[in-house]
Amino acid sequence: MEKLRRSMMFVPGNNPGMLLNAGIYGADTIILDCEDAVAITEKDSARNLVFQAISEINYGTEVAVRINHISTPFGWDDLKRILPAKPDLIRLPMCQGPDEIRQIDEFISEAEQKNKFPAGSIKMMAAVETPKGLRLAYEIASASPRMVALAIGAEDFIANLKTTRSKLGRELLAARGQLVLAAREAGIQCIDTVFSDINDEEGFKKELELIKEMGFDGKSVVNPRQVSVVHDFFAPTAKEIDHAQRVLAAYQEALEKKSGVISLNGKMIDLPIVARAERTLAYAKATAGKGGK
Amino acid sequence: MSKLLKAAQAGTVESSDILIRLIPGDAGSGIQVELVSPTMQQYGKHINNLITTTLVSLGIDDVQVNATDRGALDCTIKARVITALQRAGE
Repeated sequence: MEKLRRSMMFVPGNNPGMLLNAGIYGADTIILDCEDAVAITEKDSARNLVFQAISEINYGTEVAVRINHISTPFGWDDLKRILPAKPDLIRLPMCQGPDEIRQIDEFISEAEQKNKFPAGSIKMMAAVETPKGLRLAYEIASASPRMVALAIGAEDFIANLKTTRSKLGRELLAARGQLVLAAREAGIQCIDTVFSDINDEEGFKKELELIKEMGFDGKSVVNPRQVSVVHDFFAPTAKEIDHAQRVLAAYQEALEKKSGVISLNGKMIDLPIVARAERTLAYAKATAGKGGK
Repeated sequence: MSKLLKAAQAGTVESSDILIRLIPGDAGSGIQVELVSPTMQQYGKHINNLITTTLVSLGIDDVQVNATDRGALDCTIKARVITALQRAGE
């Protein structure tokens, strides 16, 4: 089972109180943010604090850093300062194409060599936030073996589309669908955008239902309160686990009997259904005791 | 870096943070730390030492430090000292 990334929680990189407590909420990944959450005059301060935090705090979970884009005056300085602390993952915002990924990959390789880290140990993910980025999503996803996930950043994307964000999310339907396809083709994970109205729990749940059905692996979150809600949604239900176990039992029985046709409760079972049942059980096992149902 | 070109500061007076202000000192004046902290009695000496050793490790000999602590942990104190020092050298 691949690394769980049901919840990727943003933490402002220049806020010591939030940085210190970030590990206690059970998010699968903590994203220490040097980009949007940090004032332009405090970028230096944030990268020093993030460096010290990663070096000295044991978060007990995957730690990512969202750097500033490499076309800004801050992106390369973020990498230069933070890579020696060995974050697990670098998240690039506003990714516009595979060249950006390749450039950062090369920079990380040099840092790994210099600091004697195992080659390839620092992973990458990219957020697609523009139509161009979306058109090149597969190329971005497959530009480096470090890439573990694609994400969508809705606010910038919608601004680029010249529309507004709605409760139903129709404006994002095409982009979300394309992003899942690109990530699946490249064999990596796909993470949905943040839901920023933390008081609208019903809307948040509706969005979770939608993205789970669409095939997303997880969601970016901005508030610790959202973590357990996300985990509950992504955990297989008891009914799903029971069905998966019965599918696999029926499959096993058919194999033993050398039967060509497999059925359960009158419904034919073929290999994709078996594969899905295996994934459900692996997921249930991986999420057990990690804030799931 | 071994010399401050100007006074500079980093950090805030928010909870869990520390505001560090560095002022260039005369040659031979050493590192002078003035600390205000709600945990002065328990951790004052530790914070003072941490600020001093961080500055020494970065090659600073003469500087006046005004620190207003709001319960910062070591990693925050080091980060703020380093940032203030980088800003003082720009």
